[in-house]
Amino acid sequence: MGGMTLFDKIWQTHEICQNEEGQSLLWVDRHLAHEGSFHAFNKLAERGLSVRHPELTLGIADHYVPTNARNLINVNAKTRNVIEQLIDNTRAHHVPLIGLDDPRQGIVHVVGPELGLTQPGLLMVCGDSHTSTHGALGALAFGIGASEVAHVLATQTLWQSKPKCLRIHIDGELAPGVSAKDIALAWIARLGADGARGYAIEYSGSTIAELSIEARLTLCNLSIEGGARCGMIAADEKTLDYIGGRPMAPQGKAFEQASAYWLSLASDADARFDLELHLAAEDIAPTVTWGTSPEEALPITGKVPDPAQAQSAEARKHLQDSLDYMGLTPGQALTDIPINRVFIGSCTNARIEDLRTAASIIKGHKSKVPGLISPGSTEVKRQAEAEGLDQIFIEAGLEWRESGCSMCVGMNGDQLQPGERSASSTNRNFKGRQGPGSRTHLMSPAMVAAAAITGYLTDVRMLLPEEVTP
Amino acid sequence: MRPFTQLTAPACPLGLSNVDTDQLIPARFMKEPRSVGYGQFLLYDLRFDATQQPVADFALNQPEAEHQQILVARRNFGAGSSREAAVYALVDFGFRCVIAPSFGDIFSSNAVNNGLLPAVVSEEDCERLLSAMHQKTSPISVDLEQQRIECNAVRIPFAINPVWRTRLLNGWDDIDLTEGYRTEIDRFIHHYRQAYPWTEQQSQGADASIERVNQ
Repeated sequence: MGGMTLFDKIWQTHEICQNEEGQSLLWVDRHLAHEGSFHAFNKLAERGLSVRHPELTLGIADHYVPTNARNLINVNAKTRNVIEQLIDNTRAHHVPLIGLDDPRQGIVHVVGPELGLTQPGLLMVCGDSHTSTHGALGALAFGIGASEVAHVLATQTLWQSKPKCLRIHIDGELAPGVSAKDIALAWIARLGADGARGYAIEYSGSTIAELSIEARLTLCNLSIEGGARCGMIAADEKTLDYIGGRPMAPQGKAFEQASAYWLSLASDADARFDLELHLAAEDIAPTVTWGTSPEEALPITGKVPDPAQAQSAEARKHLQDSLDYMGLTPGQALTDIPINRVFIGSCTNARIEDLRTAASIIKGHKSKVPGLISPGSTEVKRQAEAEGLDQIFIEAGLEWRESGCSMCVGMNGDQLQPGERSASSTNRNFKGRQGPGSRTHLMSPAMVAAAAITGYLTDVRMLLPEEVTP
Repeated sequence: MRPFTQLTAPACPLGLSNVDTDQLIPARFMKEPRSVGYGQFLLYDLRFDATQQPVADFALNQPEAEHQQILVARRNFGAGSSREAAVYALVDFGFRCVIAPSFGDIFSSNAVNNGLLPAVVSEEDCERLLSAMHQKTSPISVDLEQQRIECNAVRIPFAINPVWRTRLLNGWDDIDLTEGYRTEIDRFIHHYRQAYPWTEQQSQGADASIERVNQ
């Protein structure tokens, strides 16, 4: 019998049984609930069901929360209602909740790792597709819909068909100015936004081993943008150092016991993957999206594609549609695209290292365009302020906000105006994602800072301070 | 859940690729309770222009769209956000089946949980189907038992996860099924917690302390 992958091991450990068709009933260790869970709680109410294991769910409001205050006083009635439903539902079912004015508040996928709630070997779910983030610490974590959330609340289990395994192996050293975001956009551009559909991804190789935990969180976060069920990285010493001492992590003897187990979960040397993709770190450049899907990405040195060169009539039509929406001209240099706004935030790229990198680039400059900085969590905000990063952004003319999903998804009202173009550290450049008619260019926080300085999409390598290697 | 066995109904040749869930239902509508009917929000920013006027040539704005129950799209339908509201919008509009060469994973699973059939066809068959639909307005037949689609003279097979097929055919609901496995679950938890005791540790939330406003 061949060896097992990291994914196989965690799947097997959580498999309660299989049904006649071979689908697995899986045990869920941790569930995160945000405001969008109201549909799921309503389903429970309709059926008169209670939450089976309230202690294994944690509620945090992030999608709809205001970023200009830590109260709901100036929030419109409909938005407030959604946030208050989370409070009411968690209270009614005795589910713990981290409130808006709690120092631990933040975006669920930033807070989970930060609190030590995210651990290797755990099966974690949340009604949010970017739950794949938690795989960076060696957890099996994936997003689910409202019906599945209701199922988890009612039973603490979930029926799943086992996906296949894809290994993305990256060796070599990333050049200065190149980050985890660029790795993700590069592989998604290569395989397509549905290229990893039906697969669980494991990232491996010397490049991955060198990445910080925060960079790994960014990489796994974006797995869903390539269509993957989840993204994972085997726990190593860096993972243990990161988790040790965090409030919700096992402590003392339990931590030692868990650590030995966590390290044993790494894929066996003879494990077989259904698909393998090998990339060289040296080939990856700072990358930006030009279209309306994360797969429509190119190195910043590239040009806007020409529909006339498309392979088929349908591809030509689709390409033209993307360019029309984005207001771009075929053959235009990406660095000739002017922007209206910048945004650094989201579960993808708003951790302390992201803010440090962006601040190091923008320090001493004025942003040519308005913009928001929304830290990934209240703790990230506190840390950034302790380091004086807030002052760097404020002096550059940018707004320093509270934590939430903010302009990544625009649900709280932080939006672009129709036709406005943003340089954004977020995860989706879909039509209307940042508000009706919004045009989004995805890139790393370093590239957003560079775009702020010039007012155009910009190659951050031209602006790197000597000591910075993001 | 209403079972899905066989459906013959007018169909909408949407024909777009990468129709993500943000397009299926823009985020700003998701604050609404389901009871308002999510069909009005379906593909809102494609159906209406910036002045809220219907886009004249958009497929769902044609008079016949009212009776359509099948949607035909190109690759990567329902990619992106896990919002089940995208499925609610389709179902509330009247759709019971979406045909496309590929679907977002979470979308497919949400669809099945709401009785909406995500039928996967090959790229070539999708093109054949779309051109057959453009030649003549005739209904499409979808047979889930046989996993077959018919439109005019075009007959094509479709794929679906066999577990989902069984559930749709029977209209089964997951939570009811799972309760039947209670003994297995309890036995599992007992062994699991002995082997991995640290996983039992509870989440520590604070008491909800968001400043509330009396209305």
